[in-house]
Amino acid sequence: MSSRTTKPYRRGDHVEGWIGGTRRYDIVKEGVIALAVMSLFTVGLAVLFGSPDDQPVTLRSWSQAAPADFMAAALSELDYSSEVAGYGPPYTGDTSAAQKIGPLCLQCIPGTRIPIDTAQEFVIKPLQTETADEPALADALRTYAAAPAKQQAAWTGAYGNALGSIRQPAGGINLPRSDPAFGPVALMMQEELRLAQSGGLDGALLQTKQMYQTDYTKPILFISGGSYFEDQAAARHLLGGQWGMMNETGSWPGQPWLWLYSFWYQVKPFSDENTTLGANADAWIWAIMMVVALLFVLLPVIPGLRRLPYHLKVYRLIWRDYYRTVEGKA
Amino acid sequence: MKTETEPVTGADTTWTGAIGRRLTRELPPEKVFPGRQPVYVQSWTYVFGVLTIAAFVVILVSGVWLSLLGPAWWHTSKVGLFVNSLHFWSVELFFVVMVVHLWGKFFMAAWRGKRAMTWMTGALAFLLSIGCAFTGYLSQQNFASQWIASEGKDGMNSVGVGAFFNVLNFGQMFMWHILLLPVGIGALTVIHVLMVRRRGVVPPYLAKNQAPSDVLPERIPADTEAQDGGAR
Repeated sequence: MSSRTTKPYRRGDHVEGWIGGTRRYDIVKEGVIALAVMSLFTVGLAVLFGSPDDQPVTLRSWSQAAPADFMAAALSELDYSSEVAGYGPPYTGDTSAAQKIGPLCLQCIPGTRIPIDTAQEFVIKPLQTETADEPALADALRTYAAAPAKQQAAWTGAYGNALGSIRQPAGGINLPRSDPAFGPVALMMQEELRLAQSGGLDGALLQTKQMYQTDYTKPILFISGGSYFEDQAAARHLLGGQWGMMNETGSWPGQPWLWLYSFWYQVKPFSDENTTLGANADAWIWAIMMVVALLFVLLPVIPGLRRLPYHLKVYRLIWRDYYRTVEGKA
Repeated sequence: MKTETEPVTGADTTWTGAIGRRLTRELPPEKVFPGRQPVYVQSWTYVFGVLTIAAFVVILVSGVWLSLLGPAWWHTSKVGLFVNSLHFWSVELFFVVMVVHLWGKFFMAAWRGKRAMTWMTGALAFLLSIGCAFTGYLSQQNFASQWIASEGKDGMNSVGVGAFFNVLNFGQMFMWHILLLPVGIGALTVIHVLMVRRRGVVPPYLAKNQAPSDVLPERIPADTEAQDGGAR
């Protein structure tokens, strides 16, 4: 491009119609320097600060560190009182707990695409893998399966009450004394704990018809059912109410670009689960963020908003050298 | 040997020829690799676009390095942990410079003069980058991954997305992170940069009551609105 051109100014075609001065510009050199600068900064930060890598929670580590919490969670999966058991789509068919935006239930539309029967998937099927060497466990599972739902509920209720009434030591567990009111549930739960502490439950929850596995839906859903997992997250400032969506374990920066998404969870009514909006906060905040994203992308065609930078006048700071030249010559 | 050929009948009417002519017309070499730029292209704000691309290159290189020995390598190797640190910090830097670039372009109203699609492709690349970083955090195979997956599923499920985009499925998230989203970001970045080159760098708003003939266009619009132009 020469320093002058005779092409006339065309509306909306600024650079091609630009007849003002030009300056030398080396796009390749600029790119190489930028790459060198970013590489140096990256290496420097990596050397100085490294990166986080906290060990994941497994069913084994959870059941060993907090067996009472594990037992309470496992029992809630067996009697279908857990959060996952009543979650709604895509895990269960009951839509009563599904989130809604006013009358609109987007969560309900896909249906049960990832079905999870918590009693079967988290307790009964894993225990069935142990029955070959344990005939008593096989009998207990048969008895439980043959009983009507009301009887099953009576057994799990009695066992849960007994477990809850015992003072539990930190990091340990006192199991209820044998009682006929527990039916087969006492043995089933003891075996569930033993299986988890041995590490067998971690493997059992990943078991499918194939050998190779990459889907951790079941173990993470099970682990998230206990308070141990949440306590670990709270200690690392990762809870939603702690701006956890933007945080990383330790003192490393996380995803600060999610600040706006995280912001809504800090303010009422979304932070108050007792309100309708709070109980459906995830869906409402998603809807808000989708509108924000749409406004962001379509900004150039939104009347009023597209003129905002002109009124803010920050452009005068960005192009201050240019305006100084222009206004100085006026 | 005698060879039969079709007679030459003027312009090349093939699809290939049409695409070639269009590209040559819209993106001649002097636009793609300019040797000069208007005088107003003189601010630190302009640096952040190329810094964003540079950070993206560092992300890709460190990501490819990580992928050479598989997703679990960095948990068991000091070298692997360092490469993961490179990947981690390049992502943080990428977002810092991209956000500055974005705000800079907002304050310049860089969509003026048929540049709306340039803004839109950049905005989409930004949104895809958030998705790519999110799936990266899900692919770490550590406590943070577990917790982000456990919390993230509720957001996804609440609007029906989680049934198809299962954040608890490591394999699915990993593929989105290392293949689908980077390809999308890369493609949008190429289109974005070519659009910048095609239209040129947006000029300043016209300074009111200023019309020195050596720096402003020959025919100056009556007011700033004409140059503001809106998006077309």
